[in-house]
Amino acid sequence: MIGVAFGKPRGGVADIAARGRRQRPRRAVAGRGRPASLGSRITMWLAAPIAFCIAAPAFALFFPQLTGRVVDQAGVMSAASRSAVEAKAKELEDKSGIQLVVATVKSLQDSDVETYANGLFRFWRLGEAKKNNGVLLLVAPAEHKVRIEVGYGLEGTLTDALASVIITSAIVPRFKANDYSGGIERGVDGIISVLTTDAAEWHRKVNVRSESPSDDFNKLFPILFFLLVLFIVIYLIRHADGSSTGRRRGMIFPPYGGSWGGGGGFSDGGGGGFGGGFFGGGGSSGGGGASGSW
Amino acid sequence: MKRNVSLVAAVMAAALTLSACGYNTIPTLQEQAKARWSDVQNQYQRRADLIPNLVATVQGYAAQEKNVLTAVVEARAKATQIKIDASQLTDPEKLKAFQDAQNQLTGALGRLLAVSENYPDLKSNANFLALQSQLEGTENRIAVARRDYIEAVRTYNTALRTFPTVIWAKTAFAGEKPMAEFTASEGAEKPPQVKF
Repeated sequence: MIGVAFGKPRGGVADIAARGRRQRPRRAVAGRGRPASLGSRITMWLAAPIAFCIAAPAFALFFPQLTGRVVDQAGVMSAASRSAVEAKAKELEDKSGIQLVVATVKSLQDSDVETYANGLFRFWRLGEAKKNNGVLLLVAPAEHKVRIEVGYGLEGTLTDALASVIITSAIVPRFKANDYSGGIERGVDGIISVLTTDAAEWHRKVNVRSESPSDDFNKLFPILFFLLVLFIVIYLIRHADGSSTGRRRGMIFPPYGGSWGGGGGFSDGGGGGFGGGFFGGGGSSGGGGASGSW
Repeated sequence: MKRNVSLVAAVMAAALTLSACGYNTIPTLQEQAKARWSDVQNQYQRRADLIPNLVATVQGYAAQEKNVLTAVVEARAKATQIKIDASQLTDPEKLKAFQDAQNQLTGALGRLLAVSENYPDLKSNANFLALQSQLEGTENRIAVARRDYIEAVRTYNTALRTFPTVIWAKTAFAGEKPMAEFTASEGAEKPPQVKF
């Protein structure tokens, strides 16, 4: 279980502060045996409390870890339907890039299901960062609430009205009969069929996906360019005046370079994480979808 | 040549120092807050766009509920008149007027939906059900957008008053005022409960 600051803005002061902390070890290397400069220490000590204040939540919710495509915290699903849903969600993601995750939680911690679902969605960062194509099916058996939370990018396809129809027709009747596995499976089927029936949309998505490899280069390009300029400047300084002052200036510069290297975090940390484990891709949701109760 | 090189070096050093000390922080946060505001406004607009359709549907089944219907139409007209562009966000009065008008619409809509409960035919009308779920979804989006805006404003206002960014707030960006937050009124935060 991890507590997070709810609704924490991306790339805010906290980020900058984190950058300040991160760059410390690099500095020590760049400074060649010298301790981290006083300036960076002051920044560090000042930045940490700021980061803490920003991160201090207005109201904190505790969210489960994203351990797979099905996170059955409440323990209401059978093993068979768990693996069936996981396989379906994986197939969907392989085909379309859409990240569908099912979560059952023990408690909504006194928040309403909409707030909790949105918080959980953003905590897990479902969907790709640029396309926000994630869907979360949240079930809270204790509160008798269910919600389909839809990422920004899918609001046009899986509309509130369709999400509401899936909940009222496929999910709620089975939940009423205490058949959680069945309700979730049918709900997932409904979501997948809505997301995959629009053929034109489907093709468009496939095309967009194939372009993504260039994204990494685009992100890195400004950094590479800057480093190049930096090297040229250092080179010029070192070679333009070989006097003692020149040498001293040359020595002054590497820490700056190091400091900027630490700031390599200027590219957003998003990026898809589809390596070994299962991660959210950096997507977000603006509260699309529908809720229901039984 | 020597001079030029050291000048370039000085400029680069200055640029690095500035960006490292948070010179960019204030404008960045301000732009973020403005963007969040436009989200808020968009979601309210989206709600306003749903209303004519909803009113027309309800009218088909419950024309005698004239008072409730006209209240919604009037509140909508009033609410859509008030628009706040990003540069007026520092004016709490304006924001309050916007919020009051929108809250009035929220109230009128709540009454309309409550009244619709009395008409079984209306309640089972597919069009009405779709509109209802859209309205519900929009209210939720409004709540999310408002929360994001409040958070963005809080971050921005904090940056204006805390070290090290306060240095820039008092010098380079001396004209920048803190942005106004929503005063969250009771009940406005939560979407109206719609029961099926």
